[in-house]
Amino acid sequence: MRYITFLVIGVFFGIVMYKSEAASWFRIYEMFEFGSFHMYGIIGSALAIGIIGVQVIKRKNITPINGSEMSLAPKTKSVARYLFGGIIFGLGWALAGACPGPMYVLAGAGYASILIVIFGALIGTFLYGLLCKYLPH
Amino acid sequence: MNWIVEPWPWYVAGPLIALTMFLLLYIGKQFGMSSNLRTACAAVGGGRVADFFRFDWRAQRWNLIVVVGAVIGGFLASAYLSTNTVEINPELTQKLETQYNIKSAGEAYLPPELFGNEVLTKPFNLAILLIGGLFVGFGARYAGGCTSGHAISGLSNLQVPSLIAVIGFFIGGLVMIHFVYPILF
Repeated sequence: MRYITFLVIGVFFGIVMYKSEAASWFRIYEMFEFGSFHMYGIIGSALAIGIIGVQVIKRKNITPINGSEMSLAPKTKSVARYLFGGIIFGLGWALAGACPGPMYVLAGAGYASILIVIFGALIGTFLYGLLCKYLPH
Repeated sequence: MNWIVEPWPWYVAGPLIALTMFLLLYIGKQFGMSSNLRTACAAVGGGRVADFFRFDWRAQRWNLIVVVGAVIGGFLASAYLSTNTVEINPELTQKLETQYNIKSAGEAYLPPELFGNEVLTKPFNLAILLIGGLFVGFGARYAGGCTSGHAISGLSNLQVPSLIAVIGFFIGGLVMIHFVYPILF
């Protein structure tokens, strides 16, 4: 039953990503060329509602359906890992024209070449796991 | 019923993404689309070579189920709910054509010049896709999250680390598009 819930949320998210064109290489390119408000509008409006909703959750002490804690723990303080990791991620995002969510959506849409990107992302994750103890965090 | 096949505007998509995040929070999880890569590495035995993959990945199986859902969603949207074409700023359509020889803006969802099946036999294009993915995977774990985890979840929770990460995403993206693309393509 729990699995059905996760599956439905994934399907919903996938449709939103595809239909909003956030999964399109063209839209990512256009965003980094500042050619349209579209992507900024998507992220900005999601964020505006997200900020208000998270404040409501915190002030009203809303807890998840299973009685656990809301997953809103503060992130570890640091600059290096977020800045360096972020820059590496951004280079890849613009080079492949896809971030992790849209990769899966595009695989479902039938683009065989995106499987190479997903394979690369798995290798990248694996390399991070091997190298993380040598990196500044 | 035109609104189904037409692209959804930002003011529809943004709130629906926020809804996705709240649904996951409400069932005790968090919205992030790259942790599943770590779960996948752990599930295939990554824990034998790196501590980073030595955790109870079975407790994280849910994020692999979300991935399966996203794949199905992508199939449904592309097969039944879309014309599979993306119009962008006409000036950029022009620029892509003259500068990069990419002539498919307005006619395709992904440019076949970069994602068509014929690129699978071209080492240069394969390298672009592989390295792009590699940077995404490495960077997402190094930064502890991707667009969903930091730009949406983290910033919604007013996290300074997420702001630093998102600034990093844009530094990387802008450098790639404005300095590396002209060299590569």
